[in-house]
Amino acid sequence: MTAAPAPAPASGQTVKIRPRARLAVLAGRTVAWASRVVHFGTGSVIGGRVSLLIDPNLLAELTRSRDVAVISATNGKTTTTKLLSVALGSRQPVVSNWLGANMTPGIVAALAPSNATDTAVLEVDERWVDSVLRATNASTVVLLNLSRDQLDRTQEVRKLAEQWRTALAATPPRTVIANADDPLVTWAALAAPNVTWIATGQEWTADAAGCPACSGRIDFVGTEWACTSCDLKRPPVDVVVEDETISINGRNFHSPLALPGRVNRVNAAFALAASTAMGTDLDAAFDALDDVAEVAGRYRVTEFGDVNIRLLLAKNPAGWHEALELLEGPSTPLVIAINARIADGHDPSWLWDVDYERVGNRLVIAIGERRHDLAVRFRYGNITHCVADSLEDALNLVRESPDFDPTVPVDVASNYTAFQDHLEKVGGVL
Amino acid sequence: MTSTPNFNRADSAVRIVSLYPDLLGTYGDGGNALVLSRRLEWRGIAVEHISVDAGAPIPDSADLYLVGGGEDGPQVQAARELELSQGLHRAVDKGAVVLAICAGMQILGHRFPDATGTSRGGLGLLDCETVRVNRPRAVGELLTTNARLTTTHGLIELGPLTGFENHAGRTVPGSNGVSLGSVEVGEGNGDSSEGVVTGTVVGTYLHGPALARNPRLADALLEWIVGPTAMTPLDDGDVNALRAERIHAAQEHELAPRRSWRDILRRS
Repeated sequence: MTAAPAPAPASGQTVKIRPRARLAVLAGRTVAWASRVVHFGTGSVIGGRVSLLIDPNLLAELTRSRDVAVISATNGKTTTTKLLSVALGSRQPVVSNWLGANMTPGIVAALAPSNATDTAVLEVDERWVDSVLRATNASTVVLLNLSRDQLDRTQEVRKLAEQWRTALAATPPRTVIANADDPLVTWAALAAPNVTWIATGQEWTADAAGCPACSGRIDFVGTEWACTSCDLKRPPVDVVVEDETISINGRNFHSPLALPGRVNRVNAAFALAASTAMGTDLDAAFDALDDVAEVAGRYRVTEFGDVNIRLLLAKNPAGWHEALELLEGPSTPLVIAINARIADGHDPSWLWDVDYERVGNRLVIAIGERRHDLAVRFRYGNITHCVADSLEDALNLVRESPDFDPTVPVDVASNYTAFQDHLEKVGGVL
Repeated sequence: MTSTPNFNRADSAVRIVSLYPDLLGTYGDGGNALVLSRRLEWRGIAVEHISVDAGAPIPDSADLYLVGGGEDGPQVQAARELELSQGLHRAVDKGAVVLAICAGMQILGHRFPDATGTSRGGLGLLDCETVRVNRPRAVGELLTTNARLTTTHGLIELGPLTGFENHAGRTVPGSNGVSLGSVEVGEGNGDSSEGVVTGTVVGTYLHGPALARNPRLADALLEWIVGPTAMTPLDDGDVNALRAERIHAAQEHELAPRRSWRDILRRS
């Protein structure tokens, strides 16, 4: 296996697809169509599954003639996938699964209808990085972060880091773009021959106290970190995100993005570094990023009933740590929604790892299927709160509050399935 | 260098130590210290809380120690460091109360299994032994009835204990290990009992922020330290609503509230 992938044929060149793969794609699309007709969902996952039953090597077949980028992380993979697609899209046709499922069936479904040479930008579930890398020989791999998430059903984050490390050694990409401030990601990425290191200034380090290499202890001092027992330490960085500025390749980008918050400047830095590695001009890429105002409904400002709301998504402690930056400051009422369905993890114990006290002195309304868990968390946080049975009821309470300001959108911050429910109420993905 | 955490020694304050949150704190375990602190503060009782990371000296002068849950690797490291330090042993000798959650309970027993299933020596502060059994991990709601705790102030009825469990071991209490209660729903110790109590050391499989859902258990631990007269009633309206909902969910075996087909397709 060589590090450099086969060069992708120029766009428009005819690429032969094996008859079995063609049959697999056709069957998958038929099943997806049938699934949509009976309103069972988008059908992409079940269609992809049917395709893979017919041709288990379909992902390799569909990516044989493409340049492929893989993006994985606990948090930020959808946003970064979207940003990288947009950055690359300024110069070339791009296909991506940023709107859909992020395991092999969903990826296959997203790739099937595209031109066989279009560049693929793939969001990949943390647990599927290994198999997707083996199938696609991705040239560029973007690794954002690893932290605790859905503890009742996913593997320990340390084991995920180990899987990533093994995968990168087995199928070395041309370039890995990795978070130098996340020891778990750093250790995994060090297995790759060529890494662009991003100084993200990541503040959530609670899952990296134990060294992934030797189980020793990692000390964080200022911006640096190092294991007290072995050689693992923060690598010299190539790209720096600091305050409002992204410094990359000797250039500083100051202008704000349409997406809010520090975390999105970090996501943008990864997208810029990856698009540069894949041959796109930095200025063109940055200009393109500026046009992205929402990602699959995240950050959307919209009217619901007759109240303006802003939809935010945070699924786990590290995600909430970043989201709370957007919730600090205002005194207007706020809505927080928590479910604990299969996609959220059935155990919302992690609510106690989130520093909800940062919302300050404002009314917080708890909704979602686990609203009582939230209310107890707020009670012990001395946070002014009440419980409502639905988003509609919560917004009625907001309107009645003396602190309600109709000129400011009401933030509705939700975890995964609660967010999907709210997004459907305001018209779904645009 | 790791600094030496210690108390300001406000004489009347209840002193609480969270042990090794860097190793044992994966599941919102920090919530227990918050619950205990607030329940003291709301009653006008001063409280000092410190966290001691692995490697730092453990003060043996506190009233209450919290040992959290964690993953297999950190669990072994925590056991090693606690054994080396002996700080927790000294504190227990002086009569300190300990609440040990899940992996914390396992390492406080005589023996526990590591990630490979090999049996390792524990701290021996709880009279129990944990073994690996050949069954799927116990993950789900855990409901315990007839829960009670005998303290220096007598027997305290705890009512039903409700929580979530996520563990692979079976814990066998010894002759000096009294269980907390009997399991109505879930796995618990594995022999239809739940938790182990030896003297002032309390262990439970109710994982993470166990005290958030179980205010009577929180108050029983505090009563041990401050006595029954200081334990004035608090407004537990939010907690009671949560308890009613989760006890019902456990009894209905409703681990996945309203799990829709669309959910399963989305992320199966």
